[in-house]
Amino acid sequence: MPTVRSTTLLALFIAALLVAPLLLPEFYITLLDYIGLYAIVALGLVVLTGVGGLTSFGQAAFVGLGAYSSAYLTTVHGVSPWLTLPAGLLITAAVAISLGLVTLRLSGHFLPLGTIAWGISLYYLFGNLTGLGGYTGLTGIPPLSFFDLEVRTGREFFYLIWAVLLLALLATRNLLDSREGRAIRALRGGSLMAEAMGVHTARSKIVIFTLAALYASTSGWLYAHLQRFVNPTPFSLTQGIEYLFMAVIGGVAHVWGAIVGAGLISILKQWLQDWLPKLLGQSGNFEIIVFGVLMIFVLQRARDGVWPIIARYFPQPPKRAQVREAPPLVRRERPAAGAVLLEVKDACKRFGGLVANDRMTFQVRAGEVMALIGPNGAGKSTMFNGISGVDPLTSGSVIFRGERVESLPARDIARRGMSRTFQHVRLLPGMSVLENVAIGAHLRGRKGFVAAACRTDRDEEDRLLYEAARQIERCGLSEQMHEPAGSLPLGKQRIVEIARALAADPCLLLLDEPAAGLRYLEKQALGDLLRRLRDEGIGILLVEHDMDFVMGLADRVVVMEFGQKLAAGLPEDIQRNPAVVEAYLGGVE
Amino acid sequence: MDLQIALLLGQDGLTNGAIYALLALALVLVFAVTRVIFIPQGEFVAFGALTLASLQTGKLPGTVWLLLALGVLIGVLEGSRALRAGQLRRLPLIVLLNVGVPLLLAGTLIAVSPATLPLPVQVLLALMLVVPLGPMIYRLAYQPVAEASVLVLLIVSVAVHVALTGLGLLFFGAEGSRTPPFTEVSFAIGDALLQGQTVLVIVASLALIIALYLFFERTIYGKALRATAMNRTGARLMGISGTLAGMLSFTLAALIGVLSGILISPITTIYYDSGFLIGLKGFVGAIIGGLASYPVAAAGAALVGLLESYSSFWASAFKEVIVFTLIIPVLLWRSLKTTHVEEQ
Repeated sequence: MPTVRSTTLLALFIAALLVAPLLLPEFYITLLDYIGLYAIVALGLVVLTGVGGLTSFGQAAFVGLGAYSSAYLTTVHGVSPWLTLPAGLLITAAVAISLGLVTLRLSGHFLPLGTIAWGISLYYLFGNLTGLGGYTGLTGIPPLSFFDLEVRTGREFFYLIWAVLLLALLATRNLLDSREGRAIRALRGGSLMAEAMGVHTARSKIVIFTLAALYASTSGWLYAHLQRFVNPTPFSLTQGIEYLFMAVIGGVAHVWGAIVGAGLISILKQWLQDWLPKLLGQSGNFEIIVFGVLMIFVLQRARDGVWPIIARYFPQPPKRAQVREAPPLVRRERPAAGAVLLEVKDACKRFGGLVANDRMTFQVRAGEVMALIGPNGAGKSTMFNGISGVDPLTSGSVIFRGERVESLPARDIARRGMSRTFQHVRLLPGMSVLENVAIGAHLRGRKGFVAAACRTDRDEEDRLLYEAARQIERCGLSEQMHEPAGSLPLGKQRIVEIARALAADPCLLLLDEPAAGLRYLEKQALGDLLRRLRDEGIGILLVEHDMDFVMGLADRVVVMEFGQKLAAGLPEDIQRNPAVVEAYLGGVE
Repeated sequence: MDLQIALLLGQDGLTNGAIYALLALALVLVFAVTRVIFIPQGEFVAFGALTLASLQTGKLPGTVWLLLALGVLIGVLEGSRALRAGQLRRLPLIVLLNVGVPLLLAGTLIAVSPATLPLPVQVLLALMLVVPLGPMIYRLAYQPVAEASVLVLLIVSVAVHVALTGLGLLFFGAEGSRTPPFTEVSFAIGDALLQGQTVLVIVASLALIIALYLFFERTIYGKALRATAMNRTGARLMGISGTLAGMLSFTLAALIGVLSGILISPITTIYYDSGFLIGLKGFVGAIIGGLASYPVAAAGAALVGLLESYSSFWASAFKEVIVFTLIIPVLLWRSLKTTHVEEQ
């Protein structure tokens, strides 16, 4: 099969859009108008649900906010439609942010239930506020006009709608391929890893939720001026569900899936609305039966939707993030070797009646490898979570570089120069090794969503990716740089985690069983890497079960048993300590 | 508002609350056992009520055709699977169960005129028509994705709900129905009149709750469901089939839904799409119980009923707005309470 480049395909698509209104009859133009309007909303769901992993059934309510804001302001107060667009966006943003602040805190499945609830609430609100015309709605909305040119017909609207859609699509694609985009994609892997890498996940969630709402609101504004009247029906929960169906059927993880899904559902709906009443001998919106069944089928058989199936016919050369040589990122000031980096004092962690950490006290200095060892269940990983802020201590203090950090969130501790890996690898399996490692450098960039959407972040992006590539090289994974992280063997994935932690430019590195699953030579390479890091002045706190590895590497060792410190000292002393020997091998009767 | 109105509203609220409580229990049960958030619960309420109404007006309820169609589908699925596995001996039973029984039921309904039958027989027929749809839907829609995430299962639920709503319109039309009350008795308490039907709804709900309690505490199947709810893998290792547990919980949920529908259809007019809102209110109750505790879910549902009834007096147009906005603080409270570190 010949490969057609994606830019050629895009040019063909735009050319087709330009000539379509000149060739197609009115009926199809109207249909395409609606497909465009729906696709704008579905695009928001791609970001929210497909990329960010947050499901919303309530997008129709946001479309309604945009439509009603413009309808009310233009008909009752005679405001120009060009002013009602920003007004509607502002109102939607305000509502989305306040709803988001409440509902986005909801864990897992509670969130979509919340969206169902306020989806219904807003619908009844539209229908019952007399100022908004109740269930009959508002009529006489003025058309849009550019100076003297009025956009009245569906044919004229076609260009406007599809221009907005394409702009939104490109902006979304740019956004996803950026620093903030990686942070959004990291949300799917659970907030734990993202927070430990310095991503403010609650903020990222609110931003994508608001973004999806703003797309919906824009679609509503266009709708109001195309239809020239509004009533509550198109903003009901049913329509909200349909938007989600469009996104899922089209391919919820792909921006083009939004257009495919909106197109498929709209065409199918048109067709079913023509045929089903004739077939069944009564009128009613029976197409929803087919949609429901189709949706079940898609979820059972092709959960990624239709777009990946289409994309297979246009094979593209594998897309690679370009690594260009760029000026290095600013590094943080290093503490002098031997200075105390981390001081844990009387750290306790209780889970109900279980005391996982009991009055743990130890220090880690810059330029040393300190190993935390102990039998399974001794509380080592809990200690790590307490230090890194992932699961705060019950009592006691953690002093990092002279500052108490035990009550700070993980991302703020990360910002102060502590970085970690996880015992159970937390990578985003679908993303390349390079992108995974670049998440580690999140805090070293500052360009936000707008810069990403407009592509004014490219200098910084180059520097971030170059830094990520450098760390990957340092860890010996250059060959796998562009492979999906999930395709690597587990031992290599652990090394990717170390590279990711290094990309944060840490002073203190917490490594949770980095050598597990590595072969002998790989372990040696890892040992060499850690020694080099130590010589550069990084402090390393290490949890590891491989005693040869630990004893050959560690400068000092702390042994834990049943949550308590059993012994501490130099490796050779620890190996001779009778209490330690008993803990590991059992006592001699 | 005087005392009489307050009592009347309270009575109304408690009646609806009792129904919501039943639905809340079913939702908690289904979620605990299968992790499915059972949005289509409400459709069983509507289908139950409307099937009974059709039987009483002498019409053949459309649910018969749905039962037949789903039966044939499952028959084909299970049959082809049995064929591939070379288990020819299972075929007759599969065909008999999935196609034969629905056919027999349809034949019976066509042969006798259900409108002339006594009320208990009509109720029984309605149950026989609608309740099997529960496990059948589980088998067709949920079981193939039983291991998927809660979110995928939720989207499946919404899809099933959407399809069933469309079918409801097809079967029963857009007009609502109300069935005659089971009893005309009423009691006077002071100035207020206590309707016999109200008492019946509350008593029946309580009886059902007790029956469920006994089922879970005393029977082996009840215990199997509880075991599955607590630890799916562990239960499977003990020989409890996940599919069986799923089918059983869906059967119970469907039974509760249909009974609720039959109980309230003399009190409110039920339309093909009424079930959704009724089910969602049960949901608000269930969520107050965190989709885990049965008594708290029931209490929450009763609260929703009362809130709805009093807000319909003060701000009737905003009744739904008030009830569904209530869910947000409740959800927030729940999610704050269940915050935990993701498993390492």
